[in-house]
Amino acid sequence: MNILLILAVVFGTLVLVRLANVAAIASKLSGENEEAEQESANRWNSIGMLTFLIVGLITMFYLINAYAPLMLPVSASEHGVAIDELMNINWIVLFITFLITQILLFFFAFKYKFNKNRRSFYFHDNNKLEAIWTVIPTIVLASLIVTGLQEWNDITNKSDKMEGLKIQIYAKQFDFTARYAGDDKNLARTNFRLINDVNPLGVDSLDKYAADDIISKELVMPKGAEIELVINSRDVIHSVYLPHFRVQMNAVPGMTTRFSFKPTMTTAEMQKETKNPKFEYVMLCNKVCGVAHYNMKMPVRVVEMAEYQEWLKAQPLVFPVAGESTAGASTATAEASATMTSGTN
Amino acid sequence: MEVNPNKHIAHSAHADAHGHAHGHHDHDHDHDDNFWSKYIFTTDHKMIAKQFLNTAIFMAFLAMFMSLIFRMQLAWPDAKIPFLQDMIGKWGKDGKLDPGFYLALVTIHGTIMVFFVLTGGLSGTFSNLLIPLQVGARDMASGFLNALSFWFFALSSVVMLVSLGVESGPASGGWTVYPPLSALPQAIPGSGLGMTLWLVSMVFFIASSLLGGINYISTILNLRTKGMSMTRLPLTIWAFFITAILGVLSFPVLLAAALLLVFDRSFGTSFYLSDIFIDGAPLDHAGGSPILYQHLFWFLGHPEVYIVLLPALGLTSEVISVNARKPIFGYKAMIGSMLVIAFLSFIVWGHHMFVTGMNPFLGSVFVFTTLLVAIPSAVKVFNYITTLWRGNIQFTPQMLFGIGLVSTFITGGLTGIILGDSALDINVHDTYFVVAHFHIVMGSSAIFGMFAGVYHWFPRMYGRMMNKPLGYIHFWLTLIGLYGTFFPMHFLGLAGLPRRYYAFTSYEAFDTLININHIVTVFAIIGGLAQFIFLFNFYYSIKYGKKSVQNPWKSNTLEWTAPVEHLHGNWPGAIPEVHRWPYDYGKPGAPDDFIPQTVPFSETPESNTPHDH
Ligand code: HEM
Ligand SMILES: [Cu+2]
Ligand SMILES: [Cu+2]
Repeated sequence: MNILLILAVVFGTLVLVRLANVAAIASKLSGENEEAEQESANRWNSIGMLTFLIVGLITMFYLINAYAPLMLPVSASEHGVAIDELMNINWIVLFITFLITQILLFFFAFKYKFNKNRRSFYFHDNNKLEAIWTVIPTIVLASLIVTGLQEWNDITNKSDKMEGLKIQIYAKQFDFTARYAGDDKNLARTNFRLINDVNPLGVDSLDKYAADDIISKELVMPKGAEIELVINSRDVIHSVYLPHFRVQMNAVPGMTTRFSFKPTMTTAEMQKETKNPKFEYVMLCNKVCGVAHYNMKMPVRVVEMAEYQEWLKAQPLVFPVAGESTAGASTATAEASATMTSGTN
Repeated sequence: MEVNPNKHIAHSAHADAHGHAHGHHDHDHDHDDNFWSKYIFTTDHKMIAKQFLNTAIFMAFLAMFMSLIFRMQLAWPDAKIPFLQDMIGKWGKDGKLDPGFYLALVTIHGTIMVFFVLTGGLSGTFSNLLIPLQVGARDMASGFLNALSFWFFALSSVVMLVSLGVESGPASGGWTVYPPLSALPQAIPGSGLGMTLWLVSMVFFIASSLLGGINYISTILNLRTKGMSMTRLPLTIWAFFITAILGVLSFPVLLAAALLLVFDRSFGTSFYLSDIFIDGAPLDHAGGSPILYQHLFWFLGHPEVYIVLLPALGLTSEVISVNARKPIFGYKAMIGSMLVIAFLSFIVWGHHMFVTGMNPFLGSVFVFTTLLVAIPSAVKVFNYITTLWRGNIQFTPQMLFGIGLVSTFITGGLTGIILGDSALDINVHDTYFVVAHFHIVMGSSAIFGMFAGVYHWFPRMYGRMMNKPLGYIHFWLTLIGLYGTFFPMHFLGLAGLPRRYYAFTSYEAFDTLININHIVTVFAIIGGLAQFIFLFNFYYSIKYGKKSVQNPWKSNTLEWTAPVEHLHGNWPGAIPEVHRWPYDYGKPGAPDDFIPQTVPFSETPESNTPHDH
């Protein structure tokens, strides 16, 4: 990074000094010889164009190289690996286009600076050229669209037909709560009118699936299982963002959204992969949701199936047995059932 | 052509498209000398253009200043920013920026930049200045509506500024002001009075934009001088024309979105609200959808980015052709691609909503339409590059900014292909990758186009020249500043850094990225300081710049056939007649390397070609 700053400062000063020269010449000849003034400006600026191109490209390659280790590690989900591959293919295509066009742009600017003994080439139409640069981008884009949409379909179709492990992510200002379905594999429905201190998710205790639902402030997922996140919010729009899994889906009040994926690396494996023994997955809120938006997050862990089951057993039920705190909620349920919304089955 | 020197020209300037019987502008100037009628309540399009430009410059510096404050916060989250408390009072106690006010700054920064600088400022300045002058009209179709358009703009700016001072803070939900956050004061303090003022301001802004747009369209359609067929219009005018149509079609939808939001906020309706429990109590709103707002907002929002960009592209087309001393390559293809871009811009809005839970098939449709936009955009880029090829380039400051625009348009456009691809968008949506993308493709390109326009038409506005060496320094520092600021942001986004975060200090995983944030902020400061060179140059040159000759850049277009001194009605005699397209630069056989549009073919036998326009 220091090299970079030095490079930038050096380049910046160089340009400034050159331009100061131009300014000096300009003031000397002020008014008298506008042509010479412009000629010198043309020379320095055209050199500037070439310099910017070269220094810019070198800096860019340097940055890509220097920052590579800071980028997200290999994806911890199945579809994420495919997304990364697609991303790389896109980058190759875009990078080639970028290089061709920027090099031509700055090189022409450098090469064709004004010369009063020369005329520009009076060239204003050429159907063949126009056809070439309409057709080639069309073909390239068509292939990017097709591969992109195939991937998109693979990712989103799963959400429709998959019978996965359902986990509700319930968002509010400014935290997330996870709810697990328990033995019956189904989440009980919720209703925002049932929310109170002991039932922060507004789970409907009359629902037959309610008894075994489990809540947690940590998202723990078994490696290799199909996970279906069932996402809700109770106040404003939030967004469930799991960058290490290439997962993102908004949490929208009044509506249920879903995202299905399969974690493929445990936290321990990722710690080895990143050579960082302290590595932890994290879920971030990625839609501005209020003053503390920047601190809205949830710890995430991926473990082996056996360990997951151990962990799950130790978590509290939404309605602790003996039913102490459910009585009030039940009456409220009866009243509210007419306006029942946001089913989360 | 008959010239009647005694005929009085009314102030509303009924330019006569058929070119006969135009009067000399010789009436007494008594009432013009009044300060109020000349500078404030003027209906002259040239003065209105200057009003827009000066307002926009003020707003731009304000918005830039805000961005520098929050950039410092992002780079040095633990440091105290000197003088912060003196500048922003309670929001910057002891040099620590308030997290809520961070969001307010980001929101107002974005709002000002997009709407006030690059919509009002860019279109307002150059459509007003150039449409009558380049099509050959005495003024806009309606001078009064035009003045009204500026006054709504000014009013809306004032309301926005007032909102900065309210007790609970200005709007803070991001420039897109998504409900429920923007609808519920319980959710964030900025959604109280600040948000109300934001909405009021936007309503005035929309009124201004519509009045302006209708005027631009009717002037271009009805008041072209004799011989100025649509295919002889400079590309600037085509760009303003298409921009105005986009605005007229899409701003009313924003108005609808804003009004429904007002209803939800103040009158208990539930267009956008449902199933909300906040502040310890359930709300009675039922049945609405926050996603409806997003559809309405982005139905304007996406065309809006082209409302910002097209005028910049139009100005650049003119500037590049004039300074390369070469016709713009593919004039008709340039018009065609602008039309295609404009059409497509209405059917791509869903690309902002891939992860809102929208139907995946609908998402696929938006992927398809979005990526199609890349084709006409690529055509434009290749045409610019071909225009430079074998040109004879005069490196004026405006030419540098024009080339800068093409460069940023490429860089930012390419990352748009990633964001438009729904599968890839999943992981970069709402991260700094997006911030990098739109600042380069929209922010930098449009700002470059605006600077190109200011340097090029400054003599036409103020009768004097801007200082060139200062212009060069301004350009290079701005180019380096912008790339240095926004290029590294791509890496932040690819590393998973969310946008609209006050600080990243509670995420260990992001600790390693702080270096990139330092670089970004240092370059932002360099770029920001460079703008003071421009500010100085601009106001210094108004007063002390070298006097301009009538046609300082040896251009073909009509605005340079009018005298340097501003007149109501633009031309002292008859409106000039047009005989050719505007891009006869470097034509073989011609004595000069340019042939103005007013020169008939009969006078240029030496350079005529068999299929001349
Ligand atoms: C001095 C140059 C500028 C700097 C340093 C700058 C910096 C930034 C940064 C860092 C953000 C994101 C903050 C966040 O998400 O937490 C931002 C947001 C934004 N900027 Fe700029 N910006 C500059 C100029 C511009 C220009 C010329 C435009 C015009 C298009 C613009 C439009 C926006 C918009 C629309 C947002 C989004 C606001 C939101 O999230 O609601 N900026 N700016
Ligand atoms: Cu949130
Ligand atoms: Cu868009």
